[in-house]
This record gives sequence, C-alpha cells and structure tokens, in this order.
Amino acid sequence: MTMVKIQIDGKQYEVKQGKNLLEAGLTLGIDIPHFCYHPAMGSVGACRLCAVKKFRDADDKQGRIVMSCLEPVTEGMIIETRDDTSKDFRASVVEGLMTNHPHDCPVCDEGGECHLQDMTVMTGHNYRHFDFKKRTHNNQYLGPFIAHEMNRCIQCYRCVRFYRDYAGGKDLNVFSSHNHVYFGRHEEGTLESEFSGNLVEVCPTGVFTDKTFHKHFTRKWDLSNAPSVCTGCSVGCNIIVSERYGSLRRVMNRYNGAVNGYFICDRGRFGYEFVNDEKRIRTIKIRHKKNDNQEEAENETLISLLKTELSKDKRIIGIGSPRASIESNFALSTLVGKENFYHGISKKEHLLTDTILNFMKQSSIRTPSLKQMEKADAVLVLGEDLVNTAPMVALALRQSTRNKSFETAEKNGIPSWNDAPLRELAQDEKSPLFVITSFKDSLDEIAENSIRESYDGIANLGFAMAGLLDTKAPSPSNLNKEHQNLAEKIATILKNAKNPLIVSGVHSGDERMVQAALNMAKALSSVNKNCMLSMVLPESNSMGLAMMPGKSLDDLASLEEIDTLVVLENDLYRRASEKSVNALFEKSKKVIVLDHLINKTTQRADLLLPAATFVEAEGTLVSHEGRAQRFYKALPDKEPVMESWRWIGEMIQAKEQKQEATWKRFDDLVASLTHELPVFDGLEKHMPDADFRMLNEKVPRQTLRYSGRTSMNAKVAVSETRITLDEDSPLTFSMEGQSEMPPSSLTPFYWTPGWNSVQALYGYLDEPNGSMKGGDPGIRLIEPAENDNTEYFKEMSSTSENHERELQIVPVYQIFGSEELSTKSPALAKRIKDPFIYLNPEDAKAVGVDDDELVHLEIDDNKLEIKVKIENSLPKGVVGMAKNFPEMPFVMLPGYGRFKKINS
Amino acid sequence: MFSILQTIWLTFLHLFHKAETVQYPEEKPYLAPRYRGRIVLTRDSDMNERCVACNLCAAACPVDCISLQATEDESGRRYAEFFRINFSRCIFCGFCEEACPTYAIQLIPDTEMGEYDRQNLVYEKEHLLISGQGKYHNYNFYKQAGVDMGVKGKGEGEMEEKPIDVKSLMP
Repeated sequence: MTMVKIQIDGKQYEVKQGKNLLEAGLTLGIDIPHFCYHPAMGSVGACRLCAVKKFRDADDKQGRIVMSCLEPVTEGMIIETRDDTSKDFRASVVEGLMTNHPHDCPVCDEGGECHLQDMTVMTGHNYRHFDFKKRTHNNQYLGPFIAHEMNRCIQCYRCVRFYRDYAGGKDLNVFSSHNHVYFGRHEEGTLESEFSGNLVEVCPTGVFTDKTFHKHFTRKWDLSNAPSVCTGCSVGCNIIVSERYGSLRRVMNRYNGAVNGYFICDRGRFGYEFVNDEKRIRTIKIRHKKNDNQEEAENETLISLLKTELSKDKRIIGIGSPRASIESNFALSTLVGKENFYHGISKKEHLLTDTILNFMKQSSIRTPSLKQMEKADAVLVLGEDLVNTAPMVALALRQSTRNKSFETAEKNGIPSWNDAPLRELAQDEKSPLFVITSFKDSLDEIAENSIRESYDGIANLGFAMAGLLDTKAPSPSNLNKEHQNLAEKIATILKNAKNPLIVSGVHSGDERMVQAALNMAKALSSVNKNCMLSMVLPESNSMGLAMMPGKSLDDLASLEEIDTLVVLENDLYRRASEKSVNALFEKSKKVIVLDHLINKTTQRADLLLPAATFVEAEGTLVSHEGRAQRFYKALPDKEPVMESWRWIGEMIQAKEQKQEATWKRFDDLVASLTHELPVFDGLEKHMPDADFRMLNEKVPRQTLRYSGRTSMNAKVAVSETRITLDEDSPLTFSMEGQSEMPPSSLTPFYWTPGWNSVQALYGYLDEPNGSMKGGDPGIRLIEPAENDNTEYFKEMSSTSENHERELQIVPVYQIFGSEELSTKSPALAKRIKDPFIYLNPEDAKAVGVDDDELVHLEIDDNKLEIKVKIENSLPKGVVGMAKNFPEMPFVMLPGYGRFKKINS
Repeated sequence: MFSILQTIWLTFLHLFHKAETVQYPEEKPYLAPRYRGRIVLTRDSDMNERCVACNLCAAACPVDCISLQATEDESGRRYAEFFRINFSRCIFCGFCEEACPTYAIQLIPDTEMGEYDRQNLVYEKEHLLISGQGKYHNYNFYKQAGVDMGVKGKGEGEMEEKPIDVKSLMP
C-alpha cells in the first residue's frame, strides 16, 4: 500500500493512498465530527458536518471548506481542522439539525450513547438561536424488535443506506421532501429484514431503538459488560452482553474485523431474552423414585447421590452438545471416558460434519472468514438457505456481488468509499453469484442465476461442475442439456475468477450434496489456487465438537443397558425420534441432565442440575470457519446455578472420591483439554488466561461512570458487600482496573474520550473497517494443509428411485424458529411463523389443498397436521418442511412422505 | 500573673453576655429555602411523578448512592420502578438536583434525619416522593419533550408544529 504525506493542523502524517480524508483523520486519532459516513457503507456527503479547511499550497492563506469524507488524500495536502471558519461551519450545521430535534434526551434510549450528543459537544454548539416551533412526525409500529421515534431524525440517511443498499431490505424507505423527510415503512408493520436490529447501532440518534432493551432500560454507562460470542448459529459473530441488577439487558455487536465487522443478525441481537426467563432451571431437582415428581434438593443430597450413581463399577454414558462449549464437552468426556462419550447429534449430522472437518484438515483450500467472503468475485451457493442458516454469511455474499462495481469504478477514477456515484455508475452490474437451492432464497434478487432443483439435481450439478473443472473428478452422465450448459457456464466463471468461493453446508442433511460441494471445491482448486470453500454447520459449536472424539446419538441404540446417563445442555428430542429417545431413557437407570431451560429432556431427568448459560459462564466455541473464540461471564454467579464444566468437575470429584476439586479454575480445565487434545493447543497459547494483567490490573467490566454502587444492594444490607470475584477470567466485576485498550478478545465495551456512542470503536481499530488493534479476536484452529491429501468422493447413486409414490421432503430452516434457545425469547417468539410446509402448486393441486389449509402428513412414523404454503419456486415432487420449530416433533429430513387433505 | 487575672476577668464578664446557644430542637435555626438537606422527589402540577428515570442523578452522584430502574405505564409514560437513595452515603452535594432535567429531585432545608439503625437511612421511592412541586413550580417535562407518553399528543407540545402529513405534496 503506497503512503502519501499530508499535513493536518500543522503536523505531518503519512496515510494510506486511496482513503478519504475523514478515514485518514479517524485512523490518526483526529476527531473530525461526522454523521452520514459509516465505515462499512462509505461516504455520501449528505450531512455536511465533516467540513475541514483545505489549502491550495503553503502560500494559500485563505483556504476553502471541503467535506473531508469526499476528499481523497493526495500528496502534500494541507488541511486545517481547528480554524475558526470550519469550526463555525460545523457548529452551524449541528445548530441547524438541532432546530427540530426534540427535548427528549432524558427519556430517549439513545441518551448517553448518542452520536448526535457527541457531535453537539464536539462541535461546540450550545445555544439555541432559533425561536420557532419544531417540526414533528407521527411514529410507526415496526414490530417487536425496533421502536420508532421519528421526531429525533437528523436526515443522515444512514438507516436506508444500511437497510436497503447494504442489507437488501425492501420495506424501509424515505418519504417526502425538504424538512418533511420521513424514514419508515409505507405502512405500519414489522420490519422484514433479518438485519433490522443494526438500525439501532447505525442510527446516530434515537429514531430506531431496541424495544427489548427498553423493557429493562439501563444507560450505557450503568451496564456491566463482557465480550461474548453469539450462540445462534455456526458463524460465531462477536457480541457484547450487558448486565444490570443481575439480569441480562442487551446484546450489541462486538467488532471483529475478520468475522462480523459492524453488524449482527436479529437472531443474535434479540434472541438473548431466554437467559432472563422465569422458567429457567435455577435449583437442583431430584426425582427419588421412578415416576415421582422432581423435587428441589440441597447440594449435599446431590453430592451423596452422585457418589453412588457415578461409582466406578457403573457404566456411565455421556451425551455432549453442539451448543455447549468445548470445555464443557471435554469435561463430560473426561468424566465418562472417551469411549463412552457421544456427541449428541444424529448419525447423519455426525457423518456430514466429520466429512467436512476431515476435508478441511487435509485439503489445501482456505476456509474464508466473512471478511474474505466479502472479497470473493464469483460465488456459488450449493443447497444452503444462507439467510436462515447463517444469516451473516448471506450478508457477506451480498457485499461480494459489489466487487465488480468496485473494479469498474476504479477504472473511472471513483474510489470504493464514494458510495453514491459508485452505485450510480454500477447500476445492476454485479459480480457473479449462483444460487442453486430447492426453494426461493433471499439472495435470488442479486444472483446471476438462481436454479431450483431437487436435492439430487443440486448434487448432480455439483458433480457435473467438478467433472468439468477436473477430468479426474467423477461426473454424472445423465445431465440434461440445460443443466450441462449451466454447469459449463458456472465452472468457467469460477475458474477464471480471482477469488472464487463455494458455499454449502450440512443443513440439507444430504450426503451427496455435501460430497458434491467438496468435490467441486477440490476440482476448482486444481485449476484455481485462490479458491475458497465455506461449509456452514448447524450450531455454534458443531465444529468444536467434531474436533473431539465421540460417537453419534444413533450409536447409543446398540447399547443394552446404561447405569447412568449424563446429558449436557442438549434436548435429545430435537435430535432423534421420540421413540428412540424414550427407549434410551427407559434403558438408563439414572438420568442426569444439565441445562438452562425446561424442555422434554429435562423432564425425564432424575437429577436435574441448573447449568449456566453462555452469559453466566466462560467457554470457547469453534465457528464453521475453524475459528476458536472465547466468551466470558457477564452475569455474576447465582447459586446454585453453575457452569456445566464445574458441575461435571464435581461429578468427577464424587466419582473418584477426591477431596479437592477436579479443576479449580477454568484455566486448569483448558490446560487438561490442550494436554489431552493437542488440536486445541492454540487456546492455551494465544488466549489470555485468568492471570493476565494490564499494568498489574484486571480489565473492568464496568465503565468509569458506573453508578449506584453504594445503593443498588442497600435494600438488602446497607453495608456494601464485596464484589463478586472472578477467578476464571482476566475480567473483573468492577469499575476499577485497567480499561484502556485491553486485548481485542477481552474488550468488554467501547469508549474513547469524546465518543460515547458506538462510534467510539474508531479508537480500537487500526483503521475504520479494518482490524482491531493488536489483531482481531479468535484463533483459527484449522489452517489449509500444504499438500492436498483429499480424494474425490465417488458418485453415489441417488436414492430417489425407490420412492416413486411419495414426495421428497426437504428441511426449511427459519432464522426465527429453527434455533432452540432463541425461540424462548418473547420478542423473537413473536416473529416465529406457525409450522408449515411449502408445496409446489401442482403437487398442491394433486392433493387438492390451497394456501393456508391443513394437511395430514405422514413421514416415517410421524403423523402431523400442518399448514400448507404454496411455494411456486419449489420443483415438482419436492416439499419443504419447517425444521426444528418449537413444539414440532423431530423428523429426519430429507425424507419421503405422503399427504392427505383434511376434510373440514 | 497579670495575664492570668486578665483571663479570669474576661471569663467573668461573659456571664453577663447574651447566650449564643440555641435551644435545639425546641428552637430551630433558620435554613434558607435553597439549603441542601434531605432529598425529595417532587410531582408536577398534575400531581404526577416528575421523575422520568433518566439516570442522570445517579450518574452525577459522586458517592454513587442513588440507584433506580426505569419502567413505563400503559400510556408509555416513563417513571422509576424503584428509586433508592442510601443516605448513609449521601454527602448532600446537590449534584443530583443540578443534573435533574425535570426538577424532580430536589434538596430541601431539612436536616433532621438521624437514625439509630443505619439500615433506616436507605430511602425508597415511597419515602422520597412528596405530594408537591417543591421549589420549582409549573414545569412538566412531558409537555416540553417531543415524545407522546400519555401527557400530550404528537405535535401538541408548547413549541411544536402539527405532525407532518408525509403523503402531502405541499411544500
């Protein structure tokens, strides 16, 4: 990167060429006020706040005002940010905006972390000269997530630029003109975009605020925060979780330049409320005899029971979970022994995840981070409904289609940050994206081709493309002309692209499709070394679990009898058929379950232990990219709720009749984990341990402004109690400590002098939209191998011929509804649709059903009544069925089933 | 010798001076209306709670002795779910009153707060709330703010235009 020399306020600086002046200033730590510029969305010059003075040369004493966000840096540039003209100009801009801004701050949820407040202070505007009335607007109901207060709007257009241009939303727009400009929907209603929650952070004032946060509102300075990782899907977005008065208050985005950047999806942001659920398991419960009720019990009773139930002569089986941390799973595997450790996922999921992990380990193909996905210039999506299974991947691919327009713009001398002319020039010019799925996909609208096929068809296309790219790869013979042409087109484009990317995943549950994707990646890498492959996995720690030895849930069927069954944070009824899970519990003499929320599995427990959720524990999750990231406690312990690994530690202690605890601290557990499984070596080497100190101090979870310390517990006892000690992490439940620039993985909140809003983040980055200072959080555990040792999968014969009279049923995942814990959050629950099946119009006609009518569905042993949604995009003979919805029985998909209309 | 006698003489003379001691509590000293004593929460002219639970008093408090939680009623009006001052910590600096944007929290000329049990110095909202406007009359925050929280409708505030009809084409 070439550097240019510029002079700002009389000082010489070297900055990267190609940046604009605002970016350069913010990188250097010079506070230039601004509203409409956003690092992820570029500049449009709408707000006129970032004005600075530019001088022609050293002799120019007059200078002229320019907008720094639209001014590319050039060699020898002379800039003044503190001269009177530009200062007055900026103050007058804010004064103008404030003429209509209501006197709302005390009741506004943005107050205290408001970009407008920051800018008003920064520009120095403090006296209102305007003596006339303020314009007002009516608000709209925008659904259970976002509150709307239009009076506060300052017309920076950030919301529509994010919602429409960046995230591809359709139902938020700008209406009217001049000072009547209105940002909202064409009529009241729920915001449809899966990324609507980011409006809260994008909006520089309080027009869009978090409704779930409003219910238990706390000022930003009063929150006690911890760095955390989202458990909503396998992407592993970084989040900040915040506590006050013992409950979880909100989730905000935590910047990770390699993963989620500035944004997270709505499942991650609003799916947190289950932590505060009244139905949380908060006591130890014991069922003394079969068929008795579970009763609350004391810890002593439990320990004596554990001693007998876990004695050494007993056969103990442990079932882990892809939504529990690696550490908890490892603790369980230590308790029961490797040979008795089961992953707690179905055989098919186990097989597919394993296949992918082995491929990733042995192949020389890179699994990209989200940031690298954004840089891809040709993308193929094979059979994965990304916006519902890994929403942030879909958002990254949306950005990847813009790469071609960046190229064109560069040829025409438009830098990539100059958003408005760039989009004007690009029009519909997009980098190629191919979406091959079974039903409609949110990426269709930006895809060059979207192809609807049955699972067999998708796999065939994948195999065919692999065959075209590399003659050694097996190729199907019976491809029709149309598909053959298509395969050729896609293969050629991917082959010639600079950074081609293939995205697929295991949500289809189809082995052939996964193999086709892997074959294709291998074939593509043989002709294009830069090719990338991203395989989406089902849950937050699916990858971490796969990296541990263990068997699948179905393997338990062969066991005759189990003395004690330990289930870790896993609702087995969501993983296997009711019959088989019942059978498993019946052959287990004692069942110990650790979990957060009551579900069907916890109801079968003889010993039910209250396990801490991800905000009450620390642990590590491995994302589908192979990136290990640690989450930390935000909520102090509330006895008897304990981290799962601590419970299991107690079990081991009881089992081995030891005096001292198995693992005194979290680090002891990590040490034995890395000792036992060297694949996790990086965790001990690169993650700060509990003894990590900055200038001899811990990192505080609370801000310096944290209020109410001597009063919040005064109702219970007027003498202040000692703060909760945290021996497991380098963070402390206090405002005291060293809060200045902790390592990126330990940053609990963002604050820099003058910046109280989320924009304080500038101080933590090496440049806007760049990496965190000192490197982005997380460690990649799987790097591409130097030599490719993978082999092509042989073409499997498809299974569809055997099911002539039945329809193939494929899973349909939904962002709201398919993930277990988030569905227990009240706001998010309002967005969950009724269970449904997608039916092709022709198939619907054959059964004689219409939209929204109920049908009888028979699949395997299940008989369901379910609502029909006519879906034109489905190929004939394929039926989509809502997967993993609450209250729905487990159905192994894809499968084959038949329908009957219910005659009313 | 002389200085000792002089001192005794001066002390003797004091017998005939007017006593400085005030017979407190029978006799009370004058405390100015703006004296910083006990903290109260006041009501507006409609006898509704003035406190909008903005947390600024708590943030301003140098000894962190104020804690509260915001909540709202059916009409959306924001108020404090609980409001607690730990007077055993309070230093009566008056920063909370200065920070308060709604004149809700006020310090009054009352200093008689002695307690035998320290726990009794923890005041909850029911102890703090008085049925009057305190020092500052006729201010109702919700009439000045832009929000509609059940006190006035959108555009009905003192310095507000009527809400804009977005669909109108008029300039």
